[in-house]
Amino acid sequence: MPQTDFVRSLPDAEPDKSKTSFWQIIHVDPLLLSAVLITLGFGFFVLYSASDGQMFYLKRQMVLAGAGFVVMMIVAQIPLAIIRRWVWLPYIGGLGLLAAVLFIGTEVNGAQRWLGLGPIAFQPSEIVKLSLPLLIAAYLGKRQLPPRFKHVLATLIMVALPAGLIIVQPDLGTSLLVAGSGIAVLFVSGLRPRYIVAAFSLLLVSAPLVWQFGLHDYQRGRIITMFNPEADRLGAGWNIIQSVTAIGSGGWSGKGWLSGTQSRLDFLPEGHTDFIIAVLAEEFGFRGVCFLLMMYLIIIGRGFWISYTAKTPFSRLASAAFVFTFFIYVFVNMAMVSGMLPVVGVPLPLVSYGGTSLISLFIMVGILMAVSTEPGTLKS
Amino acid sequence: MREDSLFRDEQLEVRIIRGRLQFVGFVIFICLSLLALRYHYLQIEQFDRFVTLSDDNRIHVRAVPPTRGLIFDRNGVLLAENRPSYTLSVVPENAGDIEELLTKLGKIITLAESDLERFREQLSARRRPLEPIPLRYSLNEDEVARFAVREFDLPGADIQVELIRHYPLGEYFAHVVGYVGRINERDQARIDAEAYAGSHVIGKTGIERQYESELLGQVGYEYVETDARGNVLRVLERHHPVPGKNLYLNIDSELQIAIQDALQSEQAAVVAIDNASSGVLVMVSTPSFDPNLFVSGISSRAYNALLEDPAKPLFNRALQGQYPPGSTVKPMFGLIALQEQTITPEFTVFDPGYFALEGQQRVYRDWKTQGHGTVNLAKAIEESCNVFYYHLANITGIDVLADYGLRFGLGHQTGIDIPGEQPGVMPSPEWKRATRNTAWYPGDTVNAGIGQGFLLVTPVQMAQTTAVIARRGAVMSPRVVQSVGDQPVVPLLEDQIEIRDEYWDLVSRAMRNVVHGTYGTARAIGNGLSDYEIAGKTGTAQAISIAGDVKYDDLELEKHLRDHALFISYAPVEDPQVSLGIIVENGEHGGSMAAPIARLVFDTWLGQLESNSAVGSDNAAN
Repeated sequence: MPQTDFVRSLPDAEPDKSKTSFWQIIHVDPLLLSAVLITLGFGFFVLYSASDGQMFYLKRQMVLAGAGFVVMMIVAQIPLAIIRRWVWLPYIGGLGLLAAVLFIGTEVNGAQRWLGLGPIAFQPSEIVKLSLPLLIAAYLGKRQLPPRFKHVLATLIMVALPAGLIIVQPDLGTSLLVAGSGIAVLFVSGLRPRYIVAAFSLLLVSAPLVWQFGLHDYQRGRIITMFNPEADRLGAGWNIIQSVTAIGSGGWSGKGWLSGTQSRLDFLPEGHTDFIIAVLAEEFGFRGVCFLLMMYLIIIGRGFWISYTAKTPFSRLASAAFVFTFFIYVFVNMAMVSGMLPVVGVPLPLVSYGGTSLISLFIMVGILMAVSTEPGTLKS
Repeated sequence: MREDSLFRDEQLEVRIIRGRLQFVGFVIFICLSLLALRYHYLQIEQFDRFVTLSDDNRIHVRAVPPTRGLIFDRNGVLLAENRPSYTLSVVPENAGDIEELLTKLGKIITLAESDLERFREQLSARRRPLEPIPLRYSLNEDEVARFAVREFDLPGADIQVELIRHYPLGEYFAHVVGYVGRINERDQARIDAEAYAGSHVIGKTGIERQYESELLGQVGYEYVETDARGNVLRVLERHHPVPGKNLYLNIDSELQIAIQDALQSEQAAVVAIDNASSGVLVMVSTPSFDPNLFVSGISSRAYNALLEDPAKPLFNRALQGQYPPGSTVKPMFGLIALQEQTITPEFTVFDPGYFALEGQQRVYRDWKTQGHGTVNLAKAIEESCNVFYYHLANITGIDVLADYGLRFGLGHQTGIDIPGEQPGVMPSPEWKRATRNTAWYPGDTVNAGIGQGFLLVTPVQMAQTTAVIARRGAVMSPRVVQSVGDQPVVPLLEDQIEIRDEYWDLVSRAMRNVVHGTYGTARAIGNGLSDYEIAGKTGTAQAISIAGDVKYDDLELEKHLRDHALFISYAPVEDPQVSLGIIVENGEHGGSMAAPIARLVFDTWLGQLESNSAVGSDNAAN
């Protein structure tokens, strides 16, 4: 192990000091950070409206964002080699907490997801969401790419352990997201096409079985609801009908800040958390949605550029995995609320109210900024 | 592992990862574009549809019921008004656990079993969502106060102020004005639900029912913004309801009250018609009941008590009681016989006290066993001679009597503007064939001649035929309502019965002599009468022959064996203003029981006219 490190770190040993800028010294990527902060600020306005003009949620969100910002800045300073070396620790810890949550977790909406630690409650799945892609990136980054069969197999086991623990909570949505972020690393690392074909075939064959035996009734219900929300107007279909109505009635310019009738008259459930995009779309219209998509596009595009120009395989893979995770959150949330996907509990990054996911996001941005400002040059 | 690192081709690896990144980036860009397209579709292309949906969500149309029209008598005395009343109602959608709410409410407000029963019935019936269901009506101030204190703990329950119909003169007008009641399922089948949105009551009987559409008015609407729980936040737009029209009746409430009080202990009916306008001045049916009991739902105990009362207070005798008219038909039949020339004014009959049809053994008796001697028409009317009328009917024939009888107003509804009127019976051979499926016998004609047998009339028909005689053949339907709002109700001349003036004069004189003559059967009421003269005719009907609805059980029979007393009259003789039909059940005979009521009506009414005209002339003199 030490040798491999040594070999690969050889090019890094001679940084180009003449190009070291102020941003590199403080490990900040100005473009990425501004896009994140602008989106966050926009999110504050939407959250204030979504929580009926009460300061309670907004204040908490601001405090958490402040804490997240500090954490991000700290993370950005940590040398990537250290993260790569020690990432197994939070991964194992996360697995342990996931196991613990099944026994001592708090039940919310029929699923055990939350762990109370004194005054704060958090979902251990967040730890895994962060550490799993990093672990896989570290693991594959040390090996010849594209990965061989045994490495693929090892990777799949790393993915399956947390995904399995999350799926029995039960939380299918998060489980799929966690698995997705791990598999994204595998894909970016050059997974051979034959494995991809094999995986897709397996998925197609097993899908009917999963539908029949692997899903809870409520999960099947959500999928059915997506295709026909009118079938259950006041039950499962209510959320989707109301959120789509909220979005559609926003039109081009929206009903105006604090004037969304759907959200302010309580027709829209979960307006400040998972369904916040409906509030945004209703009050700010298609203009607002486009602006938000633009900001997300900037964050994702910049993330890709960071991954594209990263200096080590680990940082390439890790940053790619985070960008992909970020995108998946955006896509799944916005598609779900607008009725394109079944309802899964996924927050809208940087806008939805919710502490744990906000902190996780800041940590991801911190690592992306660390990658972006990593010293050294890429030999190519 | 070592192999891996030693032989790693970093350039290849970078190429691989960058290739994959480009691919993933491309896919992501496509996905974000899809999102943009989806939101574009919802927000731009489907905008109109979703704006409508979102408005449907928050904007509800709420009906604002119109104020029901008031009812006054001819002098502006209020007969039906609307009073504020507190109603406790529940919106089940907002209540959560209904049973728990009912228990809590029961602790602070008295809820009768019938209230709960009616509430549960409405709860299970079809209804608009979020529409309140009334639980209890007419709460008192204490109950309203107790509710207000605990309102926070009673989600879904609310107290509304509602206008409730009230009848200040109560039982004096129960049979005329009628009453309103809660709209039931039978009503719902016949009404336009739209017009009654927000209204809870409908006219059930009397004027309230007959003039329902005029009294109702037009429903108003308001558009209100509500939140997801149905709470009204503000009114966006309001279309005011049009209140119902006020009705003015021809009835004189003072007279109505005086007559009803005079007949308090009797089962009787009185109808008085103003000849010129055909307006109904008085319509009394005793005993009566308090219509206010029905307005917000009468308890079944009170209702059964009314139903089982042997005096039948709910039965409107004036319109629905059918009685043999007895001798009160004599003036009319006399006129018919004169006009058809079957008799002349000079025609006489010798009355030995009985009459027998040629070749038959059956004897038809007069009420005066020794007979009236030689009798002409005038005397026959004055003394109510039966034998003369047996002859008259026999030679005139039932067909002629029936033809004219129908024109005078017998055997069919008079068309008075109150629902539920009975037609009575003007018998004829065709009628008997159709209803009894037997032949008409000459004896049937003889019986009809003195108003017995199959002949049946209602009190309103008695008044109507008398008015036709008083108006010398002009037929107009009696009208209870004088004007609807500003619109006067003009009676139509429906028929004009042509009879020579000398015959009208003859019968009029004879009827005058019934009251004012030496041998008149109603001469008792003529005593001390000097201001004006009355024309009348008494009648007696056997109680036992009363048809249809009224049934007496064996024990009661003895008391009720007494004959019904009937009296028709108009006054003043020279210029008839008012016509009357009176029946007092079991009142023995018309002269003693029924006729004094007529004197009361005429004295009061004609006295009033006189004093009015006196005031008028005084004014003119000034």
